[in-house]
Amino acid sequence: MELDTITPFTPIASLIGGILIGLSAIIVMAVFGRIAGVSGITGTVLNAVGTPDRGKTDLGWRVAFIAGLIAAPLGYAATTGIGVSQTVPGSLIGMAVAGGIVGIGTSIGSGCTSGHGVCGLARLSLRSLVAVLIFMASAMLTVFVLRHVV
Amino acid sequence: MRILMGLIAGLVFGAGLVVSGMSDPAKVLNFLDIAGTWDPSLAFVMGGASITAFLGYRLVLRLPAPRLDRSFHLPRTRQIDRRLVLGAVLFGLGWGIGGFCPGPAWTALLLLAPGTLVFIPMMLLGLWLGPKLAARL
Repeated sequence: MELDTITPFTPIASLIGGILIGLSAIIVMAVFGRIAGVSGITGTVLNAVGTPDRGKTDLGWRVAFIAGLIAAPLGYAATTGIGVSQTVPGSLIGMAVAGGIVGIGTSIGSGCTSGHGVCGLARLSLRSLVAVLIFMASAMLTVFVLRHVV
Repeated sequence: MRILMGLIAGLVFGAGLVVSGMSDPAKVLNFLDIAGTWDPSLAFVMGGASITAFLGYRLVLRLPAPRLDRSFHLPRTRQIDRRLVLGAVLFGLGWGIGGFCPGPAWTALLLLAPGTLVFIPMMLLGLWLGPKLAARL
């Protein structure tokens, strides 16, 4: 884990980005009547592939939604002329473990930052609020241990 | 039409992740690092997103049905059970190690960082395994 990668405080950009995410959640509810949860959408596609459910589940819009997520940084760079910068942790073993438990955790907990966080809180779901408080606490504790204890 | 609307929703969502900075694991990890290089920006992302969705849902859910479906499909589970708690603990652990939750991981794919290219297949494996494990909990 890289220590001391300082990132600037960007309240306005972050608020605007958050509003866009909220608008997307509204579109998904208004058009498909569904929660815009990325782990749920991805998991539904994965678990329908190769099973008898395939014909019953509407995979098209879900796959298109994921394609939109993937294409978004290209659209952003093309419209603004600004490249997307990011710093991804360098430990490949760490990232493999992280990916695996993010997948398992969001799957058995029925949601991630978008499903429980954005959509669940917007529906005033107590279940989602509990999930958000727990995963925030768990993530903060993990970062604390990795950055300040180990 | 369904495909087009799905694509638009994904693009808007992804643009939000990029504009907000949430697509950058360094920023996410700094948000989580209250005792260190704390960057509170992501509170504005979560706040902006959930308040916007709260207001939008209030209007949308008054409609008899969504535009392209017969009815709304809202989660009916209210129970705070072992799966919810264990799942959230595990998700937080992975989020804290990698700085990626599922949405930002997808938006990072084409930027091709080695860490991302390892994270995503493992995340997909986890999402595939999850329901099988959950059945035993």
